[in-house]
Amino acid sequence: MTGTWLLVRHYVRRDRWMVLWWALGITLLYWSQAVSVKGLYTTQAEFDRAAAMMETNTAFVAMAGPARALNTIGGQVTWQATAFGAITVGLMSMFLVVRHTRAEEETGRDELLRAAAVGRQATTAATLVVALLANLLVGAMVALSLVTFPLAAADSIALGVGLAAVGAVFTGTALLAAQLGSSPRAAYGLTGAVMGAAYVLRAIGDVGDGTLSWLSPIGWYQGMHAFSGLRWWPVLLLLAAAAATTVGAVLVFARRDFGAGVLVDRPGPDRAGGLLGTPEGLAWRLQRGSVIGWSAGLFLTGLSYGSLGDDVGDLMGDSEMSRDLFAQAGGALVDAFYATAILMLALLACGYAVSSAIRPRRDEDEGRVEVLLATGLSRQRWLLAQVLLTVAGSALVLGAGGLGLGIGFALTSGDSGAVGRYFVATLPLLAPVLVLSGLARLLFGVVPRWTSLAWAGLLFAVVILLFGPLFKMPEWLQDLSPFHHLALVPAEPFRWAPFLVLGAIAAALSVAGQAAFRRRDVEVR
Amino acid sequence: MLADVSAPIEIAGLVKHFGTVHALDGLDLTVAEGEVHGYLGPNGSGKSTTIRVLLGLLRADEGSVRLLGGDPWREAADLHRRLAYVPGDVSLWPNLTGGEVIDLLGRLRGGLDERRRAELVERFELDPTKKGRTYSKGNRQKVALVAALASDVELLLLDEPTSGLDPLMGEVFEQCVDEFREQGGTALLSSHVLAEVEQLCDRVSILRSGRCVETGTLSELRHLTRTTVRAETERPPGGLASLPGVHDLVVEGRRAAFEVDTAELDTVLGVLHAAGIRTMSATPPTLEELFLRHYGDAVPTAAPVDAS
Repeated sequence: MTGTWLLVRHYVRRDRWMVLWWALGITLLYWSQAVSVKGLYTTQAEFDRAAAMMETNTAFVAMAGPARALNTIGGQVTWQATAFGAITVGLMSMFLVVRHTRAEEETGRDELLRAAAVGRQATTAATLVVALLANLLVGAMVALSLVTFPLAAADSIALGVGLAAVGAVFTGTALLAAQLGSSPRAAYGLTGAVMGAAYVLRAIGDVGDGTLSWLSPIGWYQGMHAFSGLRWWPVLLLLAAAAATTVGAVLVFARRDFGAGVLVDRPGPDRAGGLLGTPEGLAWRLQRGSVIGWSAGLFLTGLSYGSLGDDVGDLMGDSEMSRDLFAQAGGALVDAFYATAILMLALLACGYAVSSAIRPRRDEDEGRVEVLLATGLSRQRWLLAQVLLTVAGSALVLGAGGLGLGIGFALTSGDSGAVGRYFVATLPLLAPVLVLSGLARLLFGVVPRWTSLAWAGLLFAVVILLFGPLFKMPEWLQDLSPFHHLALVPAEPFRWAPFLVLGAIAAALSVAGQAAFRRRDVEVR
Repeated sequence: MLADVSAPIEIAGLVKHFGTVHALDGLDLTVAEGEVHGYLGPNGSGKSTTIRVLLGLLRADEGSVRLLGGDPWREAADLHRRLAYVPGDVSLWPNLTGGEVIDLLGRLRGGLDERRRAELVERFELDPTKKGRTYSKGNRQKVALVAALASDVELLLLDEPTSGLDPLMGEVFEQCVDEFREQGGTALLSSHVLAEVEQLCDRVSILRSGRCVETGTLSELRHLTRTTVRAETERPPGGLASLPGVHDLVVEGRRAAFEVDTAELDTVLGVLHAAGIRTMSATPPTLEELFLRHYGDAVPTAAPVDAS
């Protein structure tokens, strides 16, 4: 264990900003629920009506957790934030752990450290310490934000303590996964699978009789019943699971060779399939997982929005805040709600579009483009294939969201015509989505180092949509967001002009980026 | 010369800046058809930059560059179907297998020779079913080498292609390049492995600070350096000190040790012969000495040898 404290100090230095951002984000997740719930309903009667409606919505229960005391602010915070909070704190722990264990081992930096006067278990011990500290920080900040809101102190603290304990469970899981998998990717995959299983088990359990929820750490956390008859003993389950996974990790670590994993990578095909001979085939092969994943995610999100059916009126209350948020769309409240839901789906689809559009930069930065462009493949053809995939993938992802929305609505309301109606209403949003991916391409062509700045474009659009009308931002500023121009179908009739203009802007950005790439040096390490 | 018109690589006065850094500063380089041309120089001297300009990945700031009779910037893709490239640091897609990458690169280059592909995978002892992220540096290089050598091309651009290979695999590589040359292929080989250069290259060019400081066959280059001579003679050898080209002379009675410019070797041996040689050893300059002389700080004084 020699050198553990030295490593802890080193890790804290490397991670402090990252951990701080995670902690702030997670705290905001909890605190903003309290703020928005408080602002949304003006009378308790209204609140009761909304709560009654939410309780009976199976999709909401499956997404968030068991519906308890939903007509109180604390109950709402617990319901809305705990499942996502647990997943987020799990992600933070996973990235922290794998970054210092398996990733370091793969790059060989760990070898350097271990060759120095550092004990065999020191990296593992130091990683554990830092990850636990990070989880404690998150828990403390969440508790503090809720206590000062103010909500009931004991329940607020319970939410924080439980969150830190869930984080500890996933820390142990990631630590174990980093020993089992033989690459960072495998470690991420294993930890992610455990987190996914924990989420799904509790979703099925919460919708059913609750038995399966007891197989999930997230279920234990929610089983503490904060703000609805608090009990502390489920924390013991969390701590026991954290200890068990950590001990497991230490045992495996002691028995394996450096650089080896328990699970080895499966061999793949020794020959390429027919698709893998064209740039389009290559682009699809590299991105298919992400296209399918994002499509499934948007489909489910759309489905849960749609499953609210005609009841959205009750859900939204009658406060100024909800009027403000949905007044953007105008018209009947149901239509206004779904027009806004479609915008949200489009912003999510932008996540795929931007991540896909910055991929060429990653391939360039990591030196893979060099070998490709030294073949008969021209620069234009290579980039064009990537663009085609980004455009087609974005359409697919967005379409999946619209389809989910329509199907969800149709299932709840029995109105089968809604499937086609909402699906079609989603499609024009492809234009503003592609404006953002076009921005990424322009950056790639002109200032490749800054390609990732395209994410800032998405962030800006999100901020404008959520807060623009609320804070009465100047119109010219809101107009800068590509999402601020389209007619809000179904609340308003569709208009061609803004759609065509946005489409033209997207195309112009993309063409300019492509032309610039043709003229510049390929950057090589 | 007429032959130069069709030389696969012709570079004259090539200049390439990165910001304020002059990576290439008036480079001249000609690689004739059918030769394996060694490209040597210390790290950062501009070897990789030259190859990337030849590939049309970087744009020349000044000077003329002809590759296989075409313009590497404008006709990049067409020219690339006739050549193959192996970088020193091969980066692969983490989730594609080596076999898939070989096929992908081969197809993009216009097709692979199936028999040759199978044979090379065997000779390089490459496991083509492993994913890109699990390969070591040497194995990643093998993937690129198999993809390059299995293509039917006229020209190979090899940028330190063996820097991760073990000596056994290095030998396989040398055999493959020899076979390629026998079939009439041309290659530009940048390398730090001097034994490999000596084994493979017909001519070498030595690069320093973005300029070519020496070009010629190895024997021509050797000619420019000094041979170490130790001799014991019957009579004390007189007049050695006054001969041109003799350096670091030490005479102890009838023994003499000195270095001599290889060009003056004949004259000096004449003097020793006149003194009656009893024993003598003459060590020709090693490649290391040859290159250290150019890599080091000392500015070369000898005039460049004309390649013709």
